[in-house]
Amino acid sequence: MNNSSPLDYRSAELTRKFIEQIRRITTQPWNIMEICGGQTHALLQYGIDQLLPPEITLIHGPGCPVCVTSLEAVETALQIAAQPDVTFTTFGDMLRVPGNHQDLFSARANGADVRVVVSPMDAVRLAQAEPERQVVFFAIGFETTVPSIAASILHAERNAITNFSILPANVLVPPAIHAILSSPENRVNGFLAAGHVCAVMGYWEYEPIAAQYHTPIVVTGFEPVDLARGIYQTVRQLEESRCVVENAYSRAVTREGNRTAQALINQVFEPVDRQWRGIGLIPRSGLGLRAAYRSFDALERFLVAFNTLVESPLCIAGQVLRGVATPHDCPAFGSQCTPSSPLGAPMVSSEGACAAYYRYQRVKP
Amino acid sequence: MSEPTFPTMQGPVCPLPLNQHDQIVIGHGSGGLMTHELIRDLFQKYLGNPTLNAGNDGAIVAASEAMPAGSRLVVSTDAHIVSPLFFPGGDIGRLAICGTVNDVAMMGAQPRYLTATFILEEGFSIAALEEVLRSMQAACAEAGVSIIAADTKVTEKGKSDGLFISTTGFGWLPEGRRIAGDNAQPGDAVLVSGPMGNHGIAVMQARGNLGFQSEVRSDTTPLNALAWGLCQAVPTVHVLRDPTRGGLATTLAEIAAQSQVNITLEEAAIPIDQPVRKACELLGLDPLYLANEGKMIVILPEDDANAALSYLHSQRYGEGAQLIGKVSAIPAGQVWLRTPLGTTRVLEMLAGEMLPRIC
Repeated sequence: MNNSSPLDYRSAELTRKFIEQIRRITTQPWNIMEICGGQTHALLQYGIDQLLPPEITLIHGPGCPVCVTSLEAVETALQIAAQPDVTFTTFGDMLRVPGNHQDLFSARANGADVRVVVSPMDAVRLAQAEPERQVVFFAIGFETTVPSIAASILHAERNAITNFSILPANVLVPPAIHAILSSPENRVNGFLAAGHVCAVMGYWEYEPIAAQYHTPIVVTGFEPVDLARGIYQTVRQLEESRCVVENAYSRAVTREGNRTAQALINQVFEPVDRQWRGIGLIPRSGLGLRAAYRSFDALERFLVAFNTLVESPLCIAGQVLRGVATPHDCPAFGSQCTPSSPLGAPMVSSEGACAAYYRYQRVKP
Repeated sequence: MSEPTFPTMQGPVCPLPLNQHDQIVIGHGSGGLMTHELIRDLFQKYLGNPTLNAGNDGAIVAASEAMPAGSRLVVSTDAHIVSPLFFPGGDIGRLAICGTVNDVAMMGAQPRYLTATFILEEGFSIAALEEVLRSMQAACAEAGVSIIAADTKVTEKGKSDGLFISTTGFGWLPEGRRIAGDNAQPGDAVLVSGPMGNHGIAVMQARGNLGFQSEVRSDTTPLNALAWGLCQAVPTVHVLRDPTRGGLATTLAEIAAQSQVNITLEEAAIPIDQPVRKACELLGLDPLYLANEGKMIVILPEDDANAALSYLHSQRYGEGAQLIGKVSAIPAGQVWLRTPLGTTRVLEMLAGEMLPRIC
């Protein structure tokens, strides 16, 4: 089956055809991880998991930017936000992520100036409009959010906007795949790579990973036909004992990706080691500001210090993010932990696996 | 040497206090002369009627005039805060009338009278207040209701946010009519009066934080004529409810819990305007959880669904009505959604605030 025209990516008929193909070629159990939390939600929203043969197990990956943002980063954000001359800006999803004792929502209720922005450029405009305030943007997200953050820093530099800074917490997908595949507890046989990330970065970075770990990786989109096609191509490779990178999302992704966006990222950021919440330190898995732009680093401007950070002892977010447990394995799921009072970040985000399960599968129809 | 100059003393030497304002000042809430002038020049100008203008501590309404013998009084109250105050397709004034009128109407009742309380923040523009009152006047005329009692308070700057309006509605319910959220029954059909989610997107867009423009307008509308007409045309209606905050999914989850029934929706049948759908896709929002201010859910026996649909389709505010699902006995208390792929998932109540996604 060829890539269909963009207009029928929601076709129920075409989705069912791919599902039939999957059923036809599957001869043994396979574990397939969708890296991206957006895909986790889409799979459950459309109920594609219900259509797959029982041999295929979908494992939800760590691709939820809110979920993997470290507790240290959340606590740092809370401390910076609490300072009187600071306007703290963030993507909305971060507001409910629990820190040690509170989240940004409650910081706002306590008087902190916390504002939701849709783009980092909105934060730069705020800084321009209110020069007497320090405007800090919480730079979270995977490769998808980084180009616009880099552009906002360059814009601030060009226009001498000195009251704008970012709290760097961006993370990268390929090092996370390395970490999962090299872990002794790994049970993933094949990956769906996140289409949006690959639209920016291309997929050449994944080719050595597929070869090194003998694991097929299929670049996959977010619509029902895209998801069914991505799973089909992964199963086909597994059944044929192949392990290469395939592109099942060619209407958005090329091997090279968006060179302009990549150049922006490289100009402003460089790889750094980063803590992932629930997973731990992954070498060179984050992006920090290069020396030339370090004056835009909020950590250079504000003094933060905290005591020991403690995660909820009930929460198994780490296991969920590493793909070794599902939200249903958690004793707190749906009882002590709900989207309105989350114990862990995966219950918060619109891309978190626990939130997806709560929303779509708390009760099985 | 010239003559010393003296003040002419032809006018008063101490400056008169300003009595013309283009902003609300604390004095407007004093209860004194300024309050009276504000009431006379603005509130009575737009909302006035003999009962309101009588200026007593309370409004007197003859029971026989308010409602036919044997009918019952329905009362509903609602506070309205919205940011911004003006948005495409509506404003806080229209919302304050329609919201309360619709709550009374969803009981199957005919709304007649409203009371209104205005909380004004010091510094609020009088021109903006006038625009809100003009809009309330138009909405009252359209709904056929009058405001018979009103109150105004002014807070210091920063103690409130521009303008809050609280309204209470009074209507009469005909003898024997019972329309309520606990009245959905197995075998019923579920209808909506038009496309979902327009108000939610229109307000988000007016806040300027969508990052793009769309032509979506709020559906803020009085539904009492539509609801009343429907109940006259098809007297077997079991449930009427307007899916406001929390949207269609949350409202149906409430009804499923109240009635202890299962409601199963066909996703493909739920009407959603293309611009709303597109905005939701861009932002990662679910239109089934977006607020509506001019739509109603109708639940009634399946056999009467076609009659209800043809009545709704004949009316201006029901043109987009659709049959979207049905009620069954089990599993009680749940709302299911059947996707175009034939899979099924559960619709839960909205948890917390709906937030745009990151990537």
